[in-house]
Amino acid sequence: MSSQVILAAEGVNKSFDGFKAISDLNFYLDEGELRTVIGPNGAGKSTFLDLITGRTRPDSGRIVFGTGLGEEITSRKEYEIYRLGIGRKFQTPSVFAEHSVFDNILLGLKGPRGVFRTLFAKLSSGEQDRLEEVLKTVGLFDKRHDLAGSLAHGQKQWLEIGMLLAQEAKLLLVDEPAAGMTDEETHKTGELLLSLAGKHSIIVIEHDMVFVRQIARKVTVLHQGHVLCEGSVDDVQNNEEVRRVYLGRGKH
Amino acid sequence: MRKSENLIMLVGALLLLVVLPCLNAFGAEGSALHVSDYTINLWGKYLCYGILAVSVNLLWGYTGLLSLGQCLFFSLGGYALGMHLMLKIGKLGQYYQAGNNPLELPDFMVFLGYPELPAHWVPFHSFGFAALMVLVIPGLVAFLFGWLIFRSRIKGVYFSILTQALTYAASLLFFQNKFTFGGNNGLTDFKTLLEADLNAPEVRRNLYVATVLLLMAVLGLVKWLLGTKFGKVQQAIRDSENRVLFSGYATTSFKLLIFVLAAVIAGAAGALYVPQVGIINPSEMTTDKSLEAVVWVAVGGRATLLGPVYGAIVVNVLKSWATTAYPDYWYIILGTLFVLAVLFAPNGIAGMPQQCRDGLAWWKRRGASLASPLATSA
Repeated sequence: MSSQVILAAEGVNKSFDGFKAISDLNFYLDEGELRTVIGPNGAGKSTFLDLITGRTRPDSGRIVFGTGLGEEITSRKEYEIYRLGIGRKFQTPSVFAEHSVFDNILLGLKGPRGVFRTLFAKLSSGEQDRLEEVLKTVGLFDKRHDLAGSLAHGQKQWLEIGMLLAQEAKLLLVDEPAAGMTDEETHKTGELLLSLAGKHSIIVIEHDMVFVRQIARKVTVLHQGHVLCEGSVDDVQNNEEVRRVYLGRGKH
Repeated sequence: MRKSENLIMLVGALLLLVVLPCLNAFGAEGSALHVSDYTINLWGKYLCYGILAVSVNLLWGYTGLLSLGQCLFFSLGGYALGMHLMLKIGKLGQYYQAGNNPLELPDFMVFLGYPELPAHWVPFHSFGFAALMVLVIPGLVAFLFGWLIFRSRIKGVYFSILTQALTYAASLLFFQNKFTFGGNNGLTDFKTLLEADLNAPEVRRNLYVATVLLLMAVLGLVKWLLGTKFGKVQQAIRDSENRVLFSGYATTSFKLLIFVLAAVIAGAAGALYVPQVGIINPSEMTTDKSLEAVVWVAVGGRATLLGPVYGAIVVNVLKSWATTAYPDYWYIILGTLFVLAVLFAPNGIAGMPQQCRDGLAWWKRRGASLASPLATSA
């Protein structure tokens, strides 16, 4: 394999009040890879994203990020980690409802984020172009003057992905993008993510197996806070242990 | 919406800044066009409250920080200028006139048996220093308090409770005689400001005009701020702080700057309030005063530029009337007003034109849908 690892989590543990949410987790992601993470409820998927983005800190273990794995991010602050190029889309869409779609992307745009710099920030023509490009990529260019709060559920999800693109995040963490979407919206989301892979490294957490089949190249199955197995969708679905803990339960 | 807002600001500025003072200065006494000194003074007070309300709105309306302690900063600004005014009483003080006060101490200090002026009072002889402290002290208190609170990620109702506790604790401190700020009587009996007699009508008028100018400057500042990227981040914090944090903004710094700015604005308003009202005492920083300021904003229109000013004026005009007509029922009236505003006018007075238009449109649609079956059958 010639591709480089961009994110590595090694020996990571995290407990909440004695409950082991993440247990001895080892996870490696290649640059430009689109990885899908699945697992039953409580497997630690969202906690894993919390750990990467600095929302919570691991009890032990380390997480490193970047080309050549140059940045230890284990105990950095949220905004510092974000500035290194890790963007997160939350499970429930969180956009700025009272701002226009345009302003939502504007706030995501890569650039200085200091208090005083934002006071006198002016939009350059380069930024304007970039903004419009992002709006077109996520298919919201025609809606740019609408309030984000007035968008349909699926559109909000795309807007949030757009905000990550505007930041030029190297790593996109996408938590259940298909939740609550219509089949058509789900399919469009899948296409969007596939078109972004390569340019960005992406981790998608998902439950919807149809969607997983659409986008998945390599799948990681989490169970009780550690990696149960990794492989293609078929490998994973045929894995006895996976069937036992996860997939089989849906067939009752 | 924007256009009508600008028009209202222009007309309001003209009315408050030119017409009212001119009618006060040149209107013949007793004629219908005369504005009395009392009225000018009263409006000066209302507009100081208006500035305070704008600072509350900056926090609550635009950043989602419901501060229940904004009157503390208002009072601190008031005390800072009040100290200067006390020292300027000098030879006009009661005890000096009676020959018992060769050091020209403020009267309450003689009464409480201070041997000399406390050291921290001395620099307040200078007007420039006092004016600076009007801004610096509220700003500094807000910075320290805000830094501790925001850094610990205290939010929502816990933030509100702590701001309320802060102003309550401060009022208890100021109520104490030994805290050197005149205890429950506070600072009063001011005579002059920059050598000018505070009771002279033209001086009062100038203070009133200064208040209008400050209000306009503050509104201009808020309007500008909201248009900047900073303002957008600020409002985004109100709507989804997590998203802002995960968009790479250190929300703590943004909230801290807004909190300090709001405190400085409130301090400046307090400093203009004190010479016009003639007294500052710790009852100005009690929690119910801060709550009243929140009601002004709710009634006038949260997260609107001019709403807080409307609210401050309307509620205080009502208060002036109600506290003489129905003194026992004022808090019931105030509470009812708040509940009504929350239930039926969520965007307050400033949002009413839009609400009426929406209501009318709804009524027309309803009329059309009722009429149409008849129209098709006919």
